[in-house]
Amino acid sequence: MSNTTESWGSRVGLILAMAGNAVGLGNFLRFPVQAVQNGGGTFIIPYLVSFLLMGIPLLWVEWAMGRFGGRFGDHSTPFILDNMTHKRFWKYFGVFGIFTNMGVMAYYTYIESWTLTYTLKSLKGDFLGMDLDALDSFFNGYVDLGSGINFPVWALLAFLVTLTINIYILSRGLSAGIEKVAKIAMPLLIGFGAFLAIMSWTTGSTGRCEDCSTFVGLNFLWEPDFTTLANPKIWLAAAGQIFFTLSVGMGTIHCYSSYLKQKDDIALNAMSAGWMNGFVEIVLGSAVVIPIAVGYLGLDWVVDNAGFMMAFKTMPFLFDQWGSVLAVIAGVAWFGLLFFAGITSSLAMGTPWMGFVQDEFGWSKNRSAILLGIAILAMGLPTILFFEKGVFDEYDYWTGTVSLVIFALAEVILFAWVFGMDKGWKEITDGADMKVPRIYRPIIKYVTPLFIGIIFLTSLFKPLNGELSDWSKAFNSLFSGQGWPWANDSIINQIFHINTGVQWVADGHFTNMFYVDMSRFFLLACFFALVAMVKVASNRRKQNASS
Amino acid sequence: MTTSALIMIILTQGTVLGVTIYFFRKVLKTPAKSEPDSFRENDTDPR
Repeated sequence: MSNTTESWGSRVGLILAMAGNAVGLGNFLRFPVQAVQNGGGTFIIPYLVSFLLMGIPLLWVEWAMGRFGGRFGDHSTPFILDNMTHKRFWKYFGVFGIFTNMGVMAYYTYIESWTLTYTLKSLKGDFLGMDLDALDSFFNGYVDLGSGINFPVWALLAFLVTLTINIYILSRGLSAGIEKVAKIAMPLLIGFGAFLAIMSWTTGSTGRCEDCSTFVGLNFLWEPDFTTLANPKIWLAAAGQIFFTLSVGMGTIHCYSSYLKQKDDIALNAMSAGWMNGFVEIVLGSAVVIPIAVGYLGLDWVVDNAGFMMAFKTMPFLFDQWGSVLAVIAGVAWFGLLFFAGITSSLAMGTPWMGFVQDEFGWSKNRSAILLGIAILAMGLPTILFFEKGVFDEYDYWTGTVSLVIFALAEVILFAWVFGMDKGWKEITDGADMKVPRIYRPIIKYVTPLFIGIIFLTSLFKPLNGELSDWSKAFNSLFSGQGWPWANDSIINQIFHINTGVQWVADGHFTNMFYVDMSRFFLLACFFALVAMVKVASNRRKQNASS
Repeated sequence: MTTSALIMIILTQGTVLGVTIYFFRKVLKTPAKSEPDSFRENDTDPR
């Protein structure tokens, strides 16, 4: 435990930092794509139900766990969890709450550096007049690991600059660093998003093709198809989106709220930050990428190409259609918005490490931040150097997807069943500035663990295609002795490469699978290095207690 | 745009915007807890 003097400057600053932690690139890039692929306007129904039954309970649970741990001077999940049970397992399980953040920060900072580069290039007008092919070539050249002149030196340099900015802000501490940035970045982000949304809503028909209209795009996103509500795939997609958009299951919320005193509210703060994230995602996030792309490229193009990379490979071309002045303004607003969304999240990801090493080893803020920078640089380099080998996606899969679900499932079971709902409910409602509906007591105990458990199990054993009918086909296949038809992205298939077999070398060269598996071992080594640090910290505590 | 899409947009975005404003306003209107609380800026004796 620590004698930290860290604290938040103001309640609004804390809420903006928490909202900034949640608001990320996914609000503008993942949400609209998920909606398009999962029932359009109907997607919002399972999305909101998932928010009420899984998102809000997890927010309250994590805020409550964090504030509870802070009472004992602990600001990272290993010892926050330890305080709740004193069972050795949970202390080491809590490593997920540091590891996940470092793993995600390693590749997230890299994307953040793209947005910084693209903001500066938009400001210079470098994208003016570029068509889609030119933008595609530019991006591929930027991240390509060729040889000689193709070496991604600018990508590497931008990554280093972005990382340095993050480390400097983290070294300034909570109120002078993170909170100050959130107070500037969040209003700017909302302002930029509102500007782009208004541009989208007012563009209408562009005449470039028969259905080229932003209204067609909005209609495509929002027209409900209620027959899709019976499809569990839509519900899983919505639940997954809620999970990732709120940044639950990471350990950052615990860390931020651990600097709160017991008498201070967490219930209303959690609602305010959570709904602010919802506003950015549902109102602003849905208004930009898809409608503007449909407005200039048509519906068919968007259906075929909707995805994360549209942000970099498509948006500058679309802005260019508004004329050079507006193209520069919109480009700066778009990439600036993504940069702010990124940095408020990556700063949050750095705090569990900062809290841990300051608490346990008494390191100064500067030393903690510099060592974090070195660790993130070491973890991030493989994602840059072997980006096209699939290492980046591998990091995202394990640290940004699977780890989150595992940690959230475990923490809600710990909170509701091990720590106990009586104590847990008291933690949530203590100092609350709002009446917490009592219905959430059984929801936290039964519904939320079930919800996350279903997400985890279906991801673990996902059959080919993953539709409802594919599950019954899979069981038939299993019982008739033909085995389980694994989806390529099921966790089991990812671990054992069942569908493809292990092939590290082909035609005398290392395959992508080799690089992917090496990055996996590297991440595993990082996880166990953190476990070792927790073990050392634990021994130090025992020595201090006995002396 | 179809009527059903328009209804979905207005209902959803209106609700989300309304709830966000409601909670944020409640945060701003709620008086601060007595000192010592968790926030540095309202301290009478700044640390």
